[in-house]
Amino acid sequence: MDELTIAGESFSSRLIMGTGGAPSLDVLDQALEASGTELTTVAMRRLDPAARGSVLDVLRKRDIKVLPNTAGCFTAGEALLTARLAREALGTNWVKLEVISDERTLLPDPIETFDAAERLVAEGFVVLPYIGDDPALARRLEQAGCAAVMPLGAPIGSGLGIRNPHNIELIVEAASVPVILDAGIGTASDAALAMELGCDAVLLATAVTRAQRPDTMAAAMRAAVEAGRLARLAGRIPRRRYAEASSPMTP
Amino acid sequence: MIVMINGTAHEVPDGTTVAQAVRTLTTATAGVAVAVNDEVVTRGSWETTALSDSDRVEVLTAVQGG
Repeated sequence: MDELTIAGESFSSRLIMGTGGAPSLDVLDQALEASGTELTTVAMRRLDPAARGSVLDVLRKRDIKVLPNTAGCFTAGEALLTARLAREALGTNWVKLEVISDERTLLPDPIETFDAAERLVAEGFVVLPYIGDDPALARRLEQAGCAAVMPLGAPIGSGLGIRNPHNIELIVEAASVPVILDAGIGTASDAALAMELGCDAVLLATAVTRAQRPDTMAAAMRAAVEAGRLARLAGRIPRRRYAEASSPMTP
Repeated sequence: MIVMINGTAHEVPDGTTVAQAVRTLTTATAGVAVAVNDEVVTRGSWETTALSDSDRVEVLTAVQGG
């Protein structure tokens, strides 16, 4: 597999995993191993003295780079504080910027996201913003200095796949930074489609962690991302309205 | 004085530091970050930063998410 490069850092896996939704750290560990991921998100929350084990230990053992997110933030101000705390706690200036508009849809708020992105870039963060499938916003965030853009396929945890493949293609066509399809993946064919559309990577969590067999689905996602990437690089045949014989028509 | 540590009120002596507030929750220092009244207090300053009455101390760590 050709390498994915984000902000000058290279990854041989194009599957970025989330850690939310796994029933236990053991199940998560097995799924992460099967996925082959090298970059995985975590959330920042109040320390619980009763918590046993840490997701950080799992990632460290597997030598997976940690990507803190700002999940749960509704304003640019909240996202800024969360990113600064993550940098302090985890020693990374990378952040998946996620500012949501409401709890029912969990859709990203474009205004707050853009505001936070500008301020985080100015503070030296490597910013990967989660956004709607909006080509104009993706372009503006790239111009603002974001290291990648992360358009959704469908709402978080919905498993609805890629609802607007055309917009994802438009984002890919215009982008000079990596495009990472984030949210909405339900099964392997969704991940393959994202890569066929030209996305540079896929980020998913729920589709694996809440599958009946997470490690098996993780292996499926890994294969799907690789297959989709290869198909993209191979260049697919054009779609035709009618048949085109692949065997000679003359006797 | 009363300070809020992760949303819970604590009666603490005057001069209590951020480091002492963190130790009410954990002995760990790696993987943990602290904000007092929405401003990050870097780990190197925990021992020397004294809290004031009504301060809001947030002690965060990474959890499964995203």
